[in-house]
Amino acid sequence: MRLIINGETQIVAATTLSQLLTALEYEGEWLATAVNGELIHREERDDHALADNDRIEILTPMQGG
Amino acid sequence: MLELYGTEIPSRLLLGTARYPSPAMLAESVKRSQTGIVTVSLRRETAGGRQGGALFLMISERGVPRPPPTPRCHGVSEAVVTAEMAREVFRTNWIKLEVIGNHDTLQPDVFALVEAARILSDEGFEVFPYTTDDLIVAERLLDAGCQVLMPWCAPIGTAAGPLNLSALRSMRAHFPDVPLIVDAGIGRPSHAAIVMELGFDAVLLNTAVAGAGDPAAMAEAFAKAIDAGRQAFGAGMLEPRDMAVPSTPVIGKAVFS
Repeated sequence: MRLIINGETQIVAATTLSQLLTALEYEGEWLATAVNGELIHREERDDHALADNDRIEILTPMQGG
Repeated sequence: MLELYGTEIPSRLLLGTARYPSPAMLAESVKRSQTGIVTVSLRRETAGGRQGGALFLMISERGVPRPPPTPRCHGVSEAVVTAEMAREVFRTNWIKLEVIGNHDTLQPDVFALVEAARILSDEGFEVFPYTTDDLIVAERLLDAGCQVLMPWCAPIGTAAGPLNLSALRSMRAHFPDVPLIVDAGIGRPSHAAIVMELGFDAVLLNTAVAGAGDPAAMAEAFAKAIDAGRQAFGAGMLEPRDMAVPSTPVIGKAVFS
């Protein structure tokens, strides 16, 4: 499947958001995810099926002012 | 004590966490500033979620209250979804809302800001809006549900200090009961003291501390200046006069000619 992950196009085998995070080795509590501009809650990731050309944002705390 | 959305904050210095020379220097600066609130951002992760976790752990270990995340965004929809993502991570309704209107000046897009503030307030967020010193924009933000305002005193990162004292005075006078936090443009401890003497409730610093030769020492210097300015505001300062006034009484002065 072709996805745009944090602005970069990638071909992945994952079919759900949870599988994608695992495949990309994202871990921990400090992540927030959005698909096509909509927040996908942590507890919804297992069931959230991905589709070709979905735009995925994976954000985490960073230094900021 | 400073109260923001019903939470008492023990310090009037809010500290940003960006651009320090090292994580250790950031930690030391947080400690010596005695800050009550640090701010953090939310960005695309490139290290599998581990960098962000490490930052948050450091902040938590310092005992600093849960920070209001600061998504610096362009446009209403980006601001709203980023705020929602921030709540997912930080589990707080506090959000410092920055909607930037221009890449060069980093001036807030106040029209989008008001709209985003209204949407987020309706969603239960407690919004800290980064705004200008415009009174009507401030009123609109309060109408939108904000209970705190964060005006700039100069553009972000300029270190120029308060450029428009008259506007800041007007803002304080116009909104006597609204917590006002100067959010951007402070460069020196004396700048912070000036806005605190005007009666502003707190100051948010980042570049002025992080970019100093010794950030931790500068953090402490700012803490002292902010305390001094606040105390002076409460103590009642003299207004400037056009004519000289002798400080020593002239009665009883010896006359030799």
